[in-house]
This record gives sequence, structure tokens and C-alpha cells, in this order.
Amino acid sequence: MLDIKNLHAGIEGKEILKGINLTVRPGEVHAIMGPNGSGKSTLSAVLTGHPAYKVTEGEVTFYGKNLLEMSPEDRSHEGIFLSFQYPVEIPGVSMVNFMRAALNAKRKYYNQEPLSASDFLKLMREKRAIVQLDNKLASRSVNEGFSGGEKKRNEIFQMAVLEPRLSILDETDSGLDIDALRIVAEGVNKLKTDNNATIVITHYQRLLDYIKPDVVHVLYKGRIVKTAGPELALELEERGYDWIKEEVDNAK
Amino acid sequence: MEERKSENNKKKETDEDIIKDATGGEYKYGFVTDIDTHIIPVGLNEDVVRYISQTKGEPEWLLEFRLKAYRHWLTLDMPRWAHLDIPEIDFQSISYYAAPKTKAAPGSMDEVDPELRRTFDKLGIPLEEQMRLSGVAVDAVMDSVSVKTTYRDKLAELGVIFCSISEAVKDYPDLVRKYLGSVVSYRDNFFAALNSAVFSDGSFVYIPKGVRCPMELSTYFRINAANTGQFERTLIVADDDAYVSYLEGCTAPMRDENQLHAAIVEIVVEDRAEVKYSTVQNWYPGDKDGNGGIYNFVTKRGLCRGDFSKLSWTQVETGSAITWKYPSCVLQGDNSIGEFYSVAVTNNHQQADTGTKMIHIGKNSRSTIVSKGISAGFSQNSYRGAVKIAKNASGCRNYTQCDSLLLSDTCGAHTFPYIDVQNESSVVEHEATTSKINEDQLFYCNQRGIPTEDAVGLIVNGYAKEVMSKLPMEFAVEAQKLLQISLEGSVG
Repeated sequence: MLDIKNLHAGIEGKEILKGINLTVRPGEVHAIMGPNGSGKSTLSAVLTGHPAYKVTEGEVTFYGKNLLEMSPEDRSHEGIFLSFQYPVEIPGVSMVNFMRAALNAKRKYYNQEPLSASDFLKLMREKRAIVQLDNKLASRSVNEGFSGGEKKRNEIFQMAVLEPRLSILDETDSGLDIDALRIVAEGVNKLKTDNNATIVITHYQRLLDYIKPDVVHVLYKGRIVKTAGPELALELEERGYDWIKEEVDNAK
Repeated sequence: MEERKSENNKKKETDEDIIKDATGGEYKYGFVTDIDTHIIPVGLNEDVVRYISQTKGEPEWLLEFRLKAYRHWLTLDMPRWAHLDIPEIDFQSISYYAAPKTKAAPGSMDEVDPELRRTFDKLGIPLEEQMRLSGVAVDAVMDSVSVKTTYRDKLAELGVIFCSISEAVKDYPDLVRKYLGSVVSYRDNFFAALNSAVFSDGSFVYIPKGVRCPMELSTYFRINAANTGQFERTLIVADDDAYVSYLEGCTAPMRDENQLHAAIVEIVVEDRAEVKYSTVQNWYPGDKDGNGGIYNFVTKRGLCRGDFSKLSWTQVETGSAITWKYPSCVLQGDNSIGEFYSVAVTNNHQQADTGTKMIHIGKNSRSTIVSKGISAGFSQNSYRGAVKIAKNASGCRNYTQCDSLLLSDTCGAHTFPYIDVQNESSVVEHEATTSKINEDQLFYCNQRGIPTEDAVGLIVNGYAKEVMSKLPMEFAVEAQKLLQISLEGSVG
């Protein structure tokens, strides 16, 4: 579904991604790991079309369509979802209204009628249960006053509502205690099907105990320097990143 | 099946489709009604003042009032202290009286000119009393005269008087004489003097002792004729233990030249009475380059005369090229309460200098000010507010919260608070914030599939929610749409 070829991108004239190649197929879970500053979050920002990042070279297709030409909202409609590392607060906008706007924008994209109020509320109730988000949270303003765990659960809740084809979880484990981590991971697993795929961006092995990856990539200095099975994550947990850094730096 | 379909459609409309259907973006009310209008020649002098008074068949005392105001006005200069760039206004090039040519004070709907009815239908103002669903009594004012007041008879059963001020002068001269100018003297300021001299129409409301007005009262102001000014005057009196919620709306055609609107609203609130006054101000703001638009110079003030009286101003200001208005409360009664909730939006080249005055005279009087300024384009948006606590006003409290939201790098937001506390047992609090709509919020919305224009609407409405929630339901939906439309194209 996703094909990234020789992707170069950066921010404010500084190149951060220096030739990424990656293919993701339906049903797969990819983990992208790497030390701080290796370009993990830049990759998620570029894939979702953050305006601050500029692509200088390479191509990205999603189900054959040129992703880089699409607006961020169209990428969303096409089925790309980003669970933000730092979900922003939008004061005064209730989660209900926010999700309603999001869902109906998507329905409009596919020439569908907006969902009726009762159907929508029913859907909200259903999806809320997946991440054990209570009713009160849904009527509060978007992320305002949410704890770290609530924010991440709220991201997965939104993912459940929008039913993306490709979900990118950007450091979803950061700032979560073990219980929250479990709830979030279980939520993600419940949403897993043979037709959707997940890219898990993480620093630590911890999350991968719960969300089992098929493939693990190591990102370093803007390139994928190592790709292997889930055992790679365990090795990284044990040995850290230094040996990979050395391998790469010595190869030069 | 048919039934369900229509039900669905209805739902679609009521389900705050707000965010969606506001994609038109242009000023919707910019049309001109082609109607025979009686306009007097431009210019202002004593003869014009006399002519207006005579045309309206006014008693001698009112003519005297007008003439005194006019003579006082001649001694005054345009106020220049506001943070506004006001072009020279030639007061001799304005016509001070314009009336659609119909019979005065139509008794029934059939007597209202069909073209006028169509105009108000187009504006969404129900003149037909059959439209009871709306549950709002309306006084419709076109240019200088009141066209029609609905629900009058029903209100009269309760002793509530709701009519145009011209009719009130004829039918209730004692009441009008007692209260007119009692809160806003013609000596108050330049525009108050001008209005007092030439005011044409407006609404009069009297709620008798102990009556809770069962419906929202509403006046809808429409400027239609070219080269005219609109000088309406509204007087609301809530007697002991009375309650009324009053709404004011306004629009004007799109014209290249500027038009002057200088209104006065006076409110008197007696013992334990409560008045809620809500405004959605949507005068034509001018085009993108700042051509045309209404100059809006308004004096609004309420006197909380009675103990435990309460006056609440809520305003959503999106229109006008220039807005100069400070709805104020004089808290004379002990334990009286004043409130001011404001959202002021400026876009393109609009300028607004708006805020309030809370004058605490009574003991234990309390006031709350919540002002939300939203500026975009090249506009200038100022909050100007005074809180004054008199020497003998012990135990008073004021809380002021004043926020500004900037949507562009080229606009300006300014805050001018004046605080004067003469009494040591009183407490005044002031909080202010300035923020920019941020890229991260917009991107977050975009990522969830919400396009930027809609995202701005959501974020801005969220920002203004505290104020919007004070509006009566019928207005709130309209006002939310308006916020979005006013800011269309302002980001990204």
C-alpha cells in the first residue's frame, strides 16, 4: 500500500531524511526504531504532509497515488492516520464536535451524506469502549486538561472512529505508565485487520511487547540502516544503538 | 419514507451544519431593496431637526430635546481618542431621514409593503406572526422607520409594551419622557448628541412590575437607502422584578461609500429586575481592500438603578468598517450585577475599538467582563474597558478577562484597561492573554481530515465559546456561522 522511494526531506533548509526506502503491505506491522534525532518523527510528519517540512527528492505512493501531491486532509481521507507524539489542545472545541467534523469531512470526500446525530453518537460510544475512554472525556475539549495517558488513548479512539488503512503511531508509548500502555496497545491490536497496516515509531522495545511487529527498521542519520525481524528490537533493547552507529559510521 | 427523508433533512440543518455550509464566504446581506423611499436632502441644520420632529408628529418637549441636543452637538468635536483611523466624516453630506414609502405604522401584515416583507424574509426575519415556531417578537426597522412589530397584542395582555419608539412617543408619552435621555444624556458625547438631535426610530420596551417577558424581544435594523445615516434609539425599561431578554441584529447593503450608523441604547433596570441584551452586529464591513462599509458609532448604557438588579450585555461584533462602542453598566443599586460578554472579529481592513464600562456605585455590586478579540488580515482590534469603583461602593467585585487571538502577522490587537478603585474593600481582577492561532492546531485538524477553513471555524468558535454560550439559542447558531464566514480566507 505504501511505497517510499529515495525520500529526502527536511525543515528550514536542513536535510533530515537522506534517502528513505520502505514498502508497507496490508496486514503488516512495521516498527521504526532509532536513536534521538535520527528522523523518526520527521518521517511521520512528511508522510502526513506537515507544511513545515519540505520534500526535496524521492517519491511516496499510497495505493498507487502520489501521496506527496495531496493536501494533509486528503491524505487523511485516503486513510493515513497519525497518532501524535504530542497531541495538541484545542480549547472550547468538544471531542464530539471535533470528531463529527472529521468524520463528516471524510464522508463528504467519498460523497456520502453526513452521519445523523444519533448514528454518530452510537458510533462514538462503540469506539470509546475500545480504549476505555469514558463519556465525560468525550464531551470535554480536545485534549484540554487530559493526562498524558488520556491523550494517547484519545488518539487511538480517533483512530478507531476514522478507521484508517495506515496508522502511524509516533512515540505513542512516551509518557505512558504500564497500565495506560497496555490499554493503548490493546486498542491498537483490536483495530488490526488484514487490510490495514501500522507503522510503530518508538525508541524502546517496551511497546513492541504488546504490539508485535513483523518487521523492525533502524533509522539513523536519516536512513534506514538495518531491517530485520522482531528479534532486532530485542537486541537493541539489550545492546543499545551504539553498535549500529559504529557499524554505520565505520562503513563510511 | 418521504417523512423520514424530510426528518433527515431537518436534522441536517439543525445538527450544527454550521461548519459545513459556510463556504460561500461573501457578505450575504449585501442586496439592495428596490423600494420607493422618501429621503430628505443631505445636510443638517435646525430645519432638518424640526422637519424630522414634525414628520413624526412629535410633541413640543421632544422637539425641544432634539434642538438642545443639536445645539450642543455644534459645540463638540469628533472624539479622536480611540485607537481608530477615522477618515473625516462630512456630516453635511448625509441624509438624516429616509423612510420606505408605506403607510405609517401598519396595523396588520397586509398593510406592509410586499417588497419590504420580502426583504425581511430574505434576511430571515419572520414578520409573519404565524411563524410562531421562532418564538421571537420582532420590531423591524428599515432605514429611519419601524416597519412592523410582531406579537404586540399578545405581549400587551401581560402589560408588556413593545413597539417602535415613534409610536411610544405618541401612545406612552409619559413613560418615554420620564426615561428618554435619563441614562445617556445628549451631553454624553458627540455621537450621543447627534443621535439625540436626529434619531428616527428604534424600539421601546417596557416590562411592568413582576412580569417575566415570555418571549425574546428582537429588533432588526436594516440600512437600505444610499447616502443615509441610521440613527436609531432604543429604550428598555424593566420595572421591579421584571425580566426580559432582548436581541438586536443588523445588516446593510454592500456599497462603495461609507455609511454612518450612530445609535443609542438606554436601559433602566429597577429593583430585582433583569435585562439580558444580546447583539449580533453584522453591518457591511467593506470589501477586502477596505472600500465601503458602515461606520458604527454607538452609545449603549444601562442603569442598574434598583437593588439586586442585573444587566447583561452579550455582543458578537463581526461587521462594520469601524466599530466604536462600549456597552456599559452603571451599577447604582446595592448588590446589582453587570456583565459584559463580547466577541469582536475584525478581518481585512476593519477597525474595532470596543469594550465596556462598569461603574460601581452601589454597595456589593459585582461585574464580570469577558472579552474575546479575534483579528485577521490587516485589521486593528482594540479592547477598551473601564472599571470604576466609587468611594462609598464597599464590597464590590470585578473580574475582567480579556483575550486576543491573532490570525495573521499583519493585524493588531490592543488592550486598554482603565481601572479606578476608590474603595479599599472592593476587589478588581484583570487577566489578559494574547495568542496566535497555531500551525500545530491547524495541522492536527488537517490530519484528521478537517480542511483549514473549517478548522479555523472550529478553533475560533472554541475560543469564543464562553461568550457564544451566553447568546440565546436562536442567535447562537447564526453567530457561530457568522464567525466562520467573517474569517474565511484569513489563514493559510
